[in-house]
Amino acid sequence: MKPVIKGSAYVLAHVPDLVRYGSKPYREIEKDPNLLPKIEKNLRRFLDVVAYPPNQVFIGNLTPDELRNIPQPWFENKLFSASSCGNFGEIVGENNFYGVLKLADANGYDLVWIENKFLSDIKKFGINIFFDEQSSQKMGEGKTIAEIQEKLALGPRMALPLFHNEKLIGCFNRSQDPHAQEDEALGPHPLMEGLAAKASGALALKHLIEKLKMSPEEIDFIISCSEEAVGDRYNRGGGSLAKAIGEMCGCINATGPDIKAFCVSPIYAIIVAASLVKAGVFKKVAVVGGGCLAKLGMKFQGHLESGYPIIEDTLGAAAFLIASDDRKSPIIRLDAIGKNNIKNSARQEDVTRAVVLEPLKKLGKRIIDIDKYAVQLENPEITVPSKTGDVPKKNYDMIAGLAVLNKEITPQEMAEFVKIRGMPGFAPTQGHIPAAVPYLGHAIEAIKNGGIKNAMFIARGSLFLGRMSQLHDGMSFIIEKNPKQKEAKKCLRKKRP
Amino acid sequence: MLKEKKAIIFGERDEIPGLSIEECLKAAGVKQEDIVFSLTECFV
Repeated sequence: MKPVIKGSAYVLAHVPDLVRYGSKPYREIEKDPNLLPKIEKNLRRFLDVVAYPPNQVFIGNLTPDELRNIPQPWFENKLFSASSCGNFGEIVGENNFYGVLKLADANGYDLVWIENKFLSDIKKFGINIFFDEQSSQKMGEGKTIAEIQEKLALGPRMALPLFHNEKLIGCFNRSQDPHAQEDEALGPHPLMEGLAAKASGALALKHLIEKLKMSPEEIDFIISCSEEAVGDRYNRGGGSLAKAIGEMCGCINATGPDIKAFCVSPIYAIIVAASLVKAGVFKKVAVVGGGCLAKLGMKFQGHLESGYPIIEDTLGAAAFLIASDDRKSPIIRLDAIGKNNIKNSARQEDVTRAVVLEPLKKLGKRIIDIDKYAVQLENPEITVPSKTGDVPKKNYDMIAGLAVLNKEITPQEMAEFVKIRGMPGFAPTQGHIPAAVPYLGHAIEAIKNGGIKNAMFIARGSLFLGRMSQLHDGMSFIIEKNPKQKEAKKCLRKKRP
Repeated sequence: MLKEKKAIIFGERDEIPGLSIEECLKAAGVKQEDIVFSLTECFV
């Protein structure tokens, strides 16, 4: 039973008024409250976010190769005919996202309070994949501004204000139950991070289910690869986002865990999902990653210094379905998984050999036998102004360098190798989300329509950030054209008179 | 050139990790005890 990647969905939630709660802006505004107006002044409008070329690639309306032909800075070369609806998902506006956040809080914890009129407008005018006749009831009742202000007067340990267009429209509360009052894991900030991941992850999974025209009840198992570590004081990072997201999407026949491995999480999750399908344990496994609120505005200082708008203003989310062979979707080669073992050094070359060369050797293939490499796909327009460089370019140069050492290409052919087999970064710096998998949707389409025959997905994890080890992580997998797709066509030809 | 110098190392995940810089410095004659600080960070 060969596992296949049946589909993928991607969502961006434009949340400029939540940028202040990103880890970096939150810490810097605490030190210097005068920063807040500067940040607000440099946030983008929804239309600018929709028209931003990398975002159009993320939701599937533009290919990575097409993005390469658009001159930078991309924020100055907007696509004015762009749509917020994409082939792979959508870009959600902030008011609608608050509505989804409210739905994500419909478990009786009463974490999100929204002002009466604002909530009523979302119920009346909001357009979103989650909004239907029942959603108004599920969102519950709004609050008066006086009630919200009374809550906020208790201070930031108890509630944080929520804004839209810089106007107070609600608050995010500490968990109300008595035992949570001394639990910093259940304070408003970590809970907001968790609920934002749940809401955005659920948006991606819902889009995936709609796109594949399937019932949510068909999904057997869900793995979350979201960055957020949900839990209480005794079990920080304990988990539950997978099941919470599944519950929100009506996947009543599924259960599932969260896989945590820094940026490598999506690769681990897809490999585990594919293994479960291959072993016959489950038939349809969803992998979902919600957005990372902590990373909003992470590089805002570099953007302000360079005269850029603050580009990290969206939560990015993604969802994938791995299923048993359908004779048409690309197969996942579980016999050629790349992994950076504990014994390996942290040298870039060694890590790249482990995740690129070793799996190819298992298949008797060379580096140039892979048509496209997807690496860490952070948008360089976010990272270059903050002097952290073009991350995909660095990774592609390393792979091309290995191809030179292997005598597969000459040093003069490196640039062409990177151009043909690589791509520009187009994903928001949303933790695990940029880890190669933003290209999966494009790869599935390109493989199905014959544009490419295979692709390798490589992610690298900064395990050292947790201070438990100095190790680097790395994993990769290869997808390729389903051989039965070809066979099916051959059979069809034979049947023709 | 580097003998008897103290070293403070900041490595980067997508470029040269701290441990690799340590190895280079040691090969150039820096003693382990003179590497007073070494860290690798991820800047994305």
